[in-house]
Amino acid sequence: MTRRIDVAGLVIALILLAVAGLIWLDMSSLELSSVYGMGPKAAPKIVALGLGILAIGNAIMALRGDLPARESLDWKPIVLIIGGMAALIALIKFGGGFILATTVLFVATSAAFGRRALLADIAIGVVISIVIYILFSKLLTLSLPVGPLERLI
Amino acid sequence: MEAFVSLAHGLTIAIEPMNLLFALIGVLLGTAVGVLPGIGPALTVALLLPITFKLDPGGSIIMFAGIYYGGMYGGSTTAILINTPGESASMATALEGNKMAKAGRGGPALATSAIGSFVAGTIATLGLAFLAPYLVDLAVKFGPEDYFALMCVAFVTVSATFGDSPVRGLTSLFIGLALGLVGIDILTGQSRLAYGVPELFDGIEVTTLAVGLFAVGEALYVASRRHIHEEKLEPVRGSLWMTKEDWKRSWKPWLRGTALGFPIGALPAGGAEIPTFLSYSAEKRLSKHPEEFGHGAIEGVAGPEAANNASAAGTLVPLLTLGLPTSATAAMMLAGFQQYGLNPGPLLFAERPDLVWGLIASLFIANTMLLVLNLPLVGLWVRLLAIPQPWLYAGILVFATMGTIAANPSPVELMMLAGFGILGFLMRRFDYPIAPVVVGLILGPIAESQLRRALSISLGDPMVLLQSPFSATLLTIALIALILPFALKGMGRFKAVED
Repeated sequence: MTRRIDVAGLVIALILLAVAGLIWLDMSSLELSSVYGMGPKAAPKIVALGLGILAIGNAIMALRGDLPARESLDWKPIVLIIGGMAALIALIKFGGGFILATTVLFVATSAAFGRRALLADIAIGVVISIVIYILFSKLLTLSLPVGPLERLI
Repeated sequence: MEAFVSLAHGLTIAIEPMNLLFALIGVLLGTAVGVLPGIGPALTVALLLPITFKLDPGGSIIMFAGIYYGGMYGGSTTAILINTPGESASMATALEGNKMAKAGRGGPALATSAIGSFVAGTIATLGLAFLAPYLVDLAVKFGPEDYFALMCVAFVTVSATFGDSPVRGLTSLFIGLALGLVGIDILTGQSRLAYGVPELFDGIEVTTLAVGLFAVGEALYVASRRHIHEEKLEPVRGSLWMTKEDWKRSWKPWLRGTALGFPIGALPAGGAEIPTFLSYSAEKRLSKHPEEFGHGAIEGVAGPEAANNASAAGTLVPLLTLGLPTSATAAMMLAGFQQYGLNPGPLLFAERPDLVWGLIASLFIANTMLLVLNLPLVGLWVRLLAIPQPWLYAGILVFATMGTIAANPSPVELMMLAGFGILGFLMRRFDYPIAPVVVGLILGPIAESQLRRALSISLGDPMVLLQSPFSATLLTIALIALILPFALKGMGRFKAVED
């Protein structure tokens, strides 16, 4: 077994350390404390210290190359799904409505899983979104964002 | 025998038509999502939380419990037929079950796991009903320091028993604890780690975290390695029914599995993983046909599957009596209680006995429904596996975002959902367990408030934690459980079985 330094593991350790620092910094800015016992600073202190220690533990594992083996990674689907979610967030924010937004996410995700029939997926996505919209907004009276398509229903 | 009286009373509540309907919806949903690869019971409850908060609390909680039990049944179907255990608890079932399916004995494998689940679930639910009153009597004597100590035990066991590295488990737990800090501190009104974002003042929503980690994270992970793994569905061939020989070889493993699963699940030790593997190795040792193990031995399906279900019922003991979740699904059920302003624990037994006992009684009903649904109808459930993967995951993501949009249609909340999705993806990729994050987020703030209460009663003297015998014992257990995995490193810990 070859043991070599795992760079990704070191990055994880660094991120944990940064989060610990962030919590510590935020904790120092608290001014009020409780009269008796434990104030609001104690828990962040414990968590920050714990994360700091775990950052060291993770760094040791990375230096020893103790991380489990990883398989090769296909980045394209990840970009597609995250892109789909970003488009959904933008559409919701700028009034595109629920149906349009979730259809975009549906199509992006099924493309990420290897579907190439774009038109068919758009059709399915629209139908599913409309069904969900009617079911939950009319039947269960949940408030879902309204856009141009929803006003037609 | 107060348990009998309470249970009988609970039964009258559970057989009200509306509650029967909720239980039926729960077990149907639970089985369906349990069968679908990629969604487990924890995610299902998380997805349903935002859309059920307008429903009746009693009915919704009965439905959640139905999902919990149903998910266990459905999960074993996936494990047997496509060898992709949806959760670590089904891993042992997949070992022998998938071999049986490949050898054309998928029917008996499904049958022994369904009947075994029923037997184990029924016995363990009885155990829950009779154990709960005693624990409640004990729990009313608990002070805040005892609760704090109990949570320490849960923290350690949840993070050290999930996954195979205590450092990684604890890292997950502390990520959850850090997320739990976010929000306004109730005692002093100061905001911690919220950076002026209004969505963060009330703390991070448990559902947003769970749905992000489980649904979005899982979708990203599966999509990113689709080019490596193709799933293969084993068709159910031959008879569905068990032969006389199968029955003879199954009933003892069922009972042994139950005996292992229920106590381990009921202890705040967490996880169905350990009892299922203990049961698997016990059956392997006790079997008259040890040579069949590894080639599809029915005992290796019957035992672990019973242990799995018994420990699921066992997990409800600390959840209901102490408010202590020891699995991701139990954590989501706790969030379900909290969304109605209910806090599981001894007080809930005193104040809302109708709700608690209605829930326990409906578990028996759900279990019976599941047996009926699973034995004759298993062919129907298997068809769910034929849904093309792209549409399945696209549908899951649409539903996942819908829940968040319905609860809080703000771009910030959705960005958090996407962010937790990326976190979930990275944690899967680098093999960090997910459940401790959810448990940390839910239990962290409760542990903090219990500790603060304990210390303000003692006027700031930390010795109060050691003066109560309960608390001192529990903290010692937590310390031992924390150190032991490091001391025993490499000594026969259960490793994930990768195929």
